[in-house]
Amino acid sequence: MQTQSPSVIQRLRRTPYQSLAAILTMTLTFLVASTFFVIAAYSSSILSYFETRPQIVAYFTDKKDENQIKELEAKLKETGKVSSVRYISKEEALSIYKEDNKNDPLLLEMVTADILPASLEVQTTQPEYLPEINQMLQKEPEIEEVKYQQDIVDILLAWTNSIRRVGIVTVLLFSINALIVLVTIIGMKIALSRNEIDILTLIGATGWYVKKPFIKQGLVYSLTGALISWIITSLALLYISPALSGFLRYIHTLSFISYKGMEISVYPVSYGFIGAILVVNLFIGFAVGLIGSLVALKRFLK
Amino acid sequence: MIIFKDVNKLFSNKKKALDDINFTIEDGEFVFLVGPSGAGKTTILRLIFREILPTSGSIIVSDIEVNKIKKNQIPFLRRRIGYIFQDFKILPERTVSENVSIALEILGAKKDEIEIKVADILETVGLKGKENYFPAQLSLGEQQRVAIGRAVIGNTDIILADEPTGNLDPKTSWDILRLLVKINKAGKTIVMATHNLDIVTSMKKRVIHIENGKVVKSSLDKLY
Repeated sequence: MQTQSPSVIQRLRRTPYQSLAAILTMTLTFLVASTFFVIAAYSSSILSYFETRPQIVAYFTDKKDENQIKELEAKLKETGKVSSVRYISKEEALSIYKEDNKNDPLLLEMVTADILPASLEVQTTQPEYLPEINQMLQKEPEIEEVKYQQDIVDILLAWTNSIRRVGIVTVLLFSINALIVLVTIIGMKIALSRNEIDILTLIGATGWYVKKPFIKQGLVYSLTGALISWIITSLALLYISPALSGFLRYIHTLSFISYKGMEISVYPVSYGFIGAILVVNLFIGFAVGLIGSLVALKRFLK
Repeated sequence: MIIFKDVNKLFSNKKKALDDINFTIEDGEFVFLVGPSGAGKTTILRLIFREILPTSGSIIVSDIEVNKIKKNQIPFLRRRIGYIFQDFKILPERTVSENVSIALEILGAKKDEIEIKVADILETVGLKGKENYFPAQLSLGEQQRVAIGRAVIGNTDIILADEPTGNLDPKTSWDILRLLVKINKAGKTIVMATHNLDIVTSMKKRVIHIENGKVVKSSLDKLY
């Protein structure tokens, strides 16, 4: 003898096509949201990576000896516009090169400290000082090359901002679509349950008791969509991970969140980052499910 | 106890449904509300149940002035009143036991308690063995028993029955009446609206006769 009202799952199974339509729409929405979240996370991490790198690197010819370079270092510090200056000797340049190419023995052969230039890595206190410091270094004798990364940072910043803007608008549009679908489906369910709702109200059910099954159904639809999209996104991320290692070969780690010794990296893909995608999906899923159900109840349950 | 004091009800079409109604029903009484169709019997039941509000006057049910309670308190009033409808109002897609158990579920009763009470009440209303039947598989009399089971299973003190035998044949009507008497003997107050005078005269219970929205006769001597 069953003495309990039908569970949420039983209610969903009674209207399989509505449930399928709702879950597919939710999955598509969350897939778009996850994709933009991942792209935004990568672009932000790459931007942060470049922002923390030396903003100007000056490479010297072999004619510039260490003392002259140290003099230049002191001169740069005197301007008061430089936050840090780091001297990289030929030997240090070799060890960095070896570290960067440790997986490629071919590139390590024949390379000695002599063929690598000594350099100065300079960071300014304000980004506005970069052109001035750049010009100052360009005028120095025996400078082989000055690498000025502000251009890269500016381009990345522009891209990151665009991705964020397009992402927010797209996610908003898809979320509105998901909300409309959810409101329509829950509204249909309320209309189909009108008799049951009337009877429940007559025998003393509270408003919350009547509303609870519909809110639960809305949450099940959207959280199922969120979970499916998380699984798809995570598998896709793990699948393209080897391709990323070719693209980002000179970057060891791209940090997404770093707080009090805890670090979540987007590259290499960490479990923490996959967990973060899940949290974002579940958060949006919960919000869409709850708002959609409440709007439907407000609209259709007078 | 149910007290109606100077109750008037005017519907929006200006039709006066009730005109200065006064009566008191004591706890544990069995009272018939009689009168022709449109007399105001159902309006009285709906006022007790707080489905509608009076235009003026006061209605007290178990020490609660029902015309003054807030909207969010209505469910708690209704949990103390079982309502048996002429058209049963049972859920066609739920089994007999599911229909009856709703009244306990809304009270937040536990599964074990629900199972015991449902089995008990189904035996009382004569539906033992039909727990898993759907309403469509039952006769009209059995469907009304499901509605009665649902009305009495909770913490109800008062049972309002609105023409509960209106759709039933004479034999089934008497079965339902006997069941209501049994429930009344168990201590619940029963207010039954009917226009079946055969039943009323045979039962020898208190009768409140309504016509054109007025109490024209109230027999306290249980003889009508």
